Amino acid sequence: MLKNRHIQGWLQASPLTLILIGFLILPIITIVVVSFWQATEFSIIPGFSFENYEFLFGSPVTYKVFFATFKYAAITWAMTLAIGFTVAYYLAFHIQNQTTQIALFLLCTIPFWTSNIIRMISWIPFLGRNGIANSMLQSWGITDQPLEWLLYSDFSVILAFVHLYTLFMVVPIFNTMTRIDHSLIEAARDNGASGFQTLTHVILPLTKPGIMIGTIFVLTLVMGDFITVRFMSGSQKANVGRLISNDIALLQYPSAAATAVILLITVLIVIGILLRFVDIRKEL
Amino acid sequence: MEKKSKSFYVLTAFFALFILFLYGPTLTIGILSFQGPGGGLTFPMQGTSLNWFRELFQEQAVGDIWGSFRRSFALGLMVMVTTVVVSVMGGFAFRKRFYGSGILFYLIIASLVIPSILISLGVGLIFNQLGLKIHWATSGFGSQLTWTLPFGLLIMFAVFNRFDKSFEEAARDQGASPWQTVRYVVLPIIAPSLIGVGLFGFTLSYDEFARTLLTAGSYNTLPLEIFGMTTNVTTPVIYALGTLTTLFSLLIIGAFLLTVWVLGKRRARFGSDAGQGV
Repeated sequence: MLKNRHIQGWLQASPLTLILIGFLILPIITIVVVSFWQATEFSIIPGFSFENYEFLFGSPVTYKVFFATFKYAAITWAMTLAIGFTVAYYLAFHIQNQTTQIALFLLCTIPFWTSNIIRMISWIPFLGRNGIANSMLQSWGITDQPLEWLLYSDFSVILAFVHLYTLFMVVPIFNTMTRIDHSLIEAARDNGASGFQTLTHVILPLTKPGIMIGTIFVLTLVMGDFITVRFMSGSQKANVGRLISNDIALLQYPSAAATAVILLITVLIVIGILLRFVDIRKEL
Repeated sequence: MEKKSKSFYVLTAFFALFILFLYGPTLTIGILSFQGPGGGLTFPMQGTSLNWFRELFQEQAVGDIWGSFRRSFALGLMVMVTTVVVSVMGGFAFRKRFYGSGILFYLIIASLVIPSILISLGVGLIFNQLGLKIHWATSGFGSQLTWTLPFGLLIMFAVFNRFDKSFEEAARDQGASPWQTVRYVVLPIIAPSLIGVGLFGFTLSYDEFARTLLTAGSYNTLPLEIFGMTTNVTTPVIYALGTLTTLFSLLIIGAFLLTVWVLGKRRARFGSDAGQGV
């Protein structure tokens, strides 16, 4: 019996499976169930009603907030991709010494292992009304009064997203780039391709899987976020995550659950589309 | 790429700006945490002092920072050990390509991409409905694992995809039992990657916010405590705390990287006896 590899495999994967059932599948099932319940100010009442969804789809706020969520995701995606691709390209193709390459790569990844909250807080002295950015702009004579939109605005929210998540583009793109066979690039050059042509016709297509994995990370992190938007906008902007966390703060769990279900479906559709372009198992 | 072209210098400048962008803000609060006693949250510095660090160590006006630090540290260790053990077992399991492993793989990806607040809300609701008390070491622990395990497993997949099976075959041919093969051949080879998994496990747990928000119970972890402070503390004491926990994180990262480096050195020295035979 124990010689059977299927049984052995499941035995070895059993702790993993149990954790995922208990803390991933069951919570999602619970959220779906609770999204059909009703709530009073003090308690939640089991039942089956579409009230939460009717309210959600009937409210113009919902559409506005979903639009804002997509807006944050799209802008952050474009910027992290542009920056992440450039950084990865530099590391992979312009740094020849492997020790230097590893050191610089680590330099890019270390912030990932420190606290996001602290990294958000650290923008305050920079962006505030009397912050570094404003005093610099004023002393250069670019503006004569402090810019108000630097902190607590869409600008600061997106800046923080880019700051926190560009890493998730750099790492997978760098990973695919280092696996590109250098003879392909030599071949392109031998055939007369310019540096730019090599980049767009050889490197870019071969880097697509890394770009896709980075995209999955960035889009899901931004779409599911609530804390960055809350903190960096000083509670003045909203996205879907904040809609959910506000309902939670008001103990309106069924309504929070309904919003969460719609958010989950949205994220899964986006991921489903992206996974058509990349086979993650092959890219590891 | 033989000679340093113009694009090399442009890209170097871009990279330097990127590093400045990554580290600049953190360095800024590092400097501002030494703000004089009369200073505020932004420049200019009103002298320099250790005032704000002292305030952190005094009996708390600002909440239970040291208690939350101890909890975060303990939780980080719990998550780290669990992540390493479960990921290694999972990694071995997936090598067998057992029936149903595809579904489990997609569950791991789902665990990675699902918005954190859903885990927080769902786990909180389950404990609530079952009449269980949420606590950082139970509900918080489990919720964090849904974030650290996918990273651990992805690393294990990457490791085993590159693993040379002939080492195992050689061990088996020499009469090693399956357990001996794992213990004396496979585990030593993958050890540096396990340290990497441990690093992810500890630091991701230590910094986790969203998944612990509704699952930590009445005793806060450090990130929750810090976030609470942002709403009611308006002095550089929060920078002092930020600087200290960042230094702590850097210390942990440094310790892990050093271990990997030392292992690599030792391996380079003792790894092969090629050419040293009779």
